[in-house]
Amino acid sequence: MKLHELTVAELGRGLREREFTSVELTRHYLARIASGNAALNAFITVTAERALADAAAADQRLARGEGGLLTGVPLAHKDIFCTDGVLTTCGSRMLAKFVAPYDATVVERLAAAGMVLLGKTNMDEFAMGSSNETSWFGPVRNPWDLARVPGGSSGGSAAVVAAGLAPVATGTDTGGSIRQPAALCGLTGLKPTYGRVSRYGMIAFASSLDQGGVLARSALDAALLLAAMAGPDPRDSTCIERPVSDYAAGLDRPIRGLRIGIIREFFGPGLEAGTGAAVQAALDGFRKLGAELVEVSLPNLPLSVPTYYVVAPAECSSNLSRFDGVRFGHRCEEPRDLRDLYERSRGEGFGAEVKRRIMTGTYVLSAGYYDAYYLKAQQVRSLINADFRRAFAEVDVLMGPTSPTPAFALGAKTDDPITMYLNDIYTIGANLAGLPAISVPCGLVGGLPVGLQVIGSHFAEELLLAVAHAWQRETDWHGRRPPEPVRGAP
Amino acid sequence: MSSGWETVIGLEIHAQLATRSKIFSGAATAFGAPPNAQACLVDLGYPGVLPVLNREAVRMAVRFGLAIGATVAPRSVFARKNYFYPDLPKGYQISQYELPIVSGGAVGIVLEDGTHKRIGVTRAHLEEDAGKSLHEGLGELTGIDLNRAGTPLLEIVSEPELRSARDAVAYMKKIHTLVRYLGICDGNMQEGSFRCDANVSVRRAGAQQLGTRCEIKNLNSFRFVEKAIHYEVGRQVELIEGGGKVVQETRLYDSDRGVTRSMRSKEEANDYRYFPDPDLLPLVLEPAFVEEVRATLPELPDQKAARFVRDHGLSDYDAGVLTASRELADYYEGVLGVLGGEPKLVANWVMGELAGLLNRDGLEIGGSRVGAAGLAGLLKRISDGTISGKIAKEVLEAMWDEGQAADAIIEARGLRQITDTSALEETITQVMAANPGQLGDYRAGKDKLFGFFVGQVMKATAGKANPAQVNELLRRMLAGP
Repeated sequence: MKLHELTVAELGRGLREREFTSVELTRHYLARIASGNAALNAFITVTAERALADAAAADQRLARGEGGLLTGVPLAHKDIFCTDGVLTTCGSRMLAKFVAPYDATVVERLAAAGMVLLGKTNMDEFAMGSSNETSWFGPVRNPWDLARVPGGSSGGSAAVVAAGLAPVATGTDTGGSIRQPAALCGLTGLKPTYGRVSRYGMIAFASSLDQGGVLARSALDAALLLAAMAGPDPRDSTCIERPVSDYAAGLDRPIRGLRIGIIREFFGPGLEAGTGAAVQAALDGFRKLGAELVEVSLPNLPLSVPTYYVVAPAECSSNLSRFDGVRFGHRCEEPRDLRDLYERSRGEGFGAEVKRRIMTGTYVLSAGYYDAYYLKAQQVRSLINADFRRAFAEVDVLMGPTSPTPAFALGAKTDDPITMYLNDIYTIGANLAGLPAISVPCGLVGGLPVGLQVIGSHFAEELLLAVAHAWQRETDWHGRRPPEPVRGAP
Repeated sequence: MSSGWETVIGLEIHAQLATRSKIFSGAATAFGAPPNAQACLVDLGYPGVLPVLNREAVRMAVRFGLAIGATVAPRSVFARKNYFYPDLPKGYQISQYELPIVSGGAVGIVLEDGTHKRIGVTRAHLEEDAGKSLHEGLGELTGIDLNRAGTPLLEIVSEPELRSARDAVAYMKKIHTLVRYLGICDGNMQEGSFRCDANVSVRRAGAQQLGTRCEIKNLNSFRFVEKAIHYEVGRQVELIEGGGKVVQETRLYDSDRGVTRSMRSKEEANDYRYFPDPDLLPLVLEPAFVEEVRATLPELPDQKAARFVRDHGLSDYDAGVLTASRELADYYEGVLGVLGGEPKLVANWVMGELAGLLNRDGLEIGGSRVGAAGLAGLLKRISDGTISGKIAKEVLEAMWDEGQAADAIIEARGLRQITDTSALEETITQVMAANPGQLGDYRAGKDKLFGFFVGQVMKATAGKANPAQVNELLRRMLAGP
């Protein structure tokens, strides 16, 4: 078994049992990054020096018999998490030279757990995108087929884990940005309950929807990471005061008798046939495991895309105002006056998709339009919440596809934002309702991975991970790896 | 102002809350630090940072709400006010918009003619202050100092119930007194801790509809408030009487020239795109918390003044002056406590001689060079007849300058009043002998000469004679044997 084929759980055990050192492991990954990243364009920054120093420190702790489950295990952070002393670009020209002066809570906690930072991963600009094509640093390519997108916005994190350039990576999910790339790259992607993981230091896109999470090779790995990054944070008022469970310990909970709701609205036109068949087969598999399947309807769920594209742009239009060329970030050359400084710094610093959303958001919050758009969207959001509440009174979890299609070709949807937005049609609902959701691999269609989405009620992470784990004990879809060399590689 | 016009004024007062740290960050709020020395990453609006509400600021807002008999909202919401300006780091100010923490209170003011009036307070809400732009010494460049960014403010909005510039000043002084009593604002107007915007309009007397208003921004002294409103009312009346119309706009007061100038019109005004701040949960206050705050409220100025009138027999006016600040009222009560009575005497001395000395040296009551016990020591000597009121003034000045107790100065300077009847009789006999002409005239019916003899006796005793005793003895001895 090669080192990069081991899961986080296996790596942790190997390190603690001194089968290999963290420095050896880190060097292995750095070598894989050095040879594999050029084709994928998945890392924006590789922190080789720091990684080796972190690894050496981890080895010392391990040699003393100290350290925990994650000590010495490498990881990659989505470039949306501020990392002290490290370039933190958010995939934007605006922050192309921004070195963060502090650590995000997620970064701080995983470092405290002894994890080794390999680098920062590429992403859609400010997490706005579903294909990783809006990045200032160029698109990320899917390790399963270099002509295809890895999904977005956490496309770099998905690609590095799928290609074995990192054993695990963090991501953020505002409308599906963890689950959709996890589905398109054959990974386990967990978006926790809103408020489970601190947003401090995570550069804000849409504050009421953003949630940090993890892209991993298995439910067990996701459980290990979540336990280390979750929990109350006095620096984030929206982070919930609630103790963190030992998610790994709860994985073996039996799922016999589990009531699974099949979301009727997720199986309509628009769902690609092969994807639909793979998801259906997975549902049948759960029935065989003793779960009870019932069809449920969430009648307002089809309104999630338009609702999301009012709420998220509204919040982003305000969140991104701080990028004004005054204190940090891109500043235009030779501004003539204040207005020119603002207009050119922002005009040059932001890409087309970000500008589109800032303009949309500014519009929906404007006097005379607020009630018709923002307020209405908030009302619909409440209705969607109510739909989920009703459903969870009947069932334990909800299931459906994560994405309507497998990975699509680079450039296929870049000319039509609406088509691109529809990629998130199945994932956005959980963000609007603040619910935890996980995507697990459930098949391959034309050699491309398909994801099954499991949505739980608030703080049901433990149950979601147990359901995913039960599935992964029975199947090996999560163990499939993209071919090496990758399809389309030169 | 021409007659036949009515002025309508509403004030928006910004009181800087006296918390140690900022409203949404842990940075210090002290005034006068070098630029940007007190601005942390949250104040600078760095990518990824988040606001965390300061509990002490909430407590202070609740104190204010309870003190003006307002409703303290069980649930209030922070909103973002969006606009671009270099001293506004995030591109939005966190404020409260639709659901403020305090609404619907009132304070009492005393009008020019002595009548009392209640002024409604529409609302008071919590918000963060912006930074400052610096232009001096930087050539063509503008500097930004974000030390003030994130300082907690309580914006107190009055109903448009003020009818003159003097009403407005009386109201503003009342709020100023109140926030200092509550210990929620230092009231320092030079440093900008207490400032206001005035909304001013005029209408024909008896008209029901309000006229078009102008907002005068950033008035930071009582004098400027009075002058700016006075000017603005004159400008509006003149404009309308000349056939023109008032345009709704924001104006600035130019204190050098004593005029208001247009800053921006309604059309140029920002659309602030308010919406609830998703980084902050709605502020929910449990009734127990509000009651806990209520239990710590001090005696408020109105209650104190009423007590001074009721229990001490002071006039409304005196009680009002003495309660204008908590420190002054405490001083007055301190003197009274040591002296053990005579509130009118104490009030007169605190408001008269002591206030004069404070004023002369530009001091507040807290900086008085004669403490409450010291003044009580002096007043005791007036009431027990040791010295006259006139001599007491001299003694107070000496106490002020030399820092000694009243008794020590009286002894050292031999100022003890002469109350020995035989000694006074001897002096009077000498005065009568030295002024036979005047004596004759007096006895012939020139009563007015009585004052002349009093003056001669006081002069002969260097003012130490007890005036009442001198009067009595003179009346008897001048009348003849």
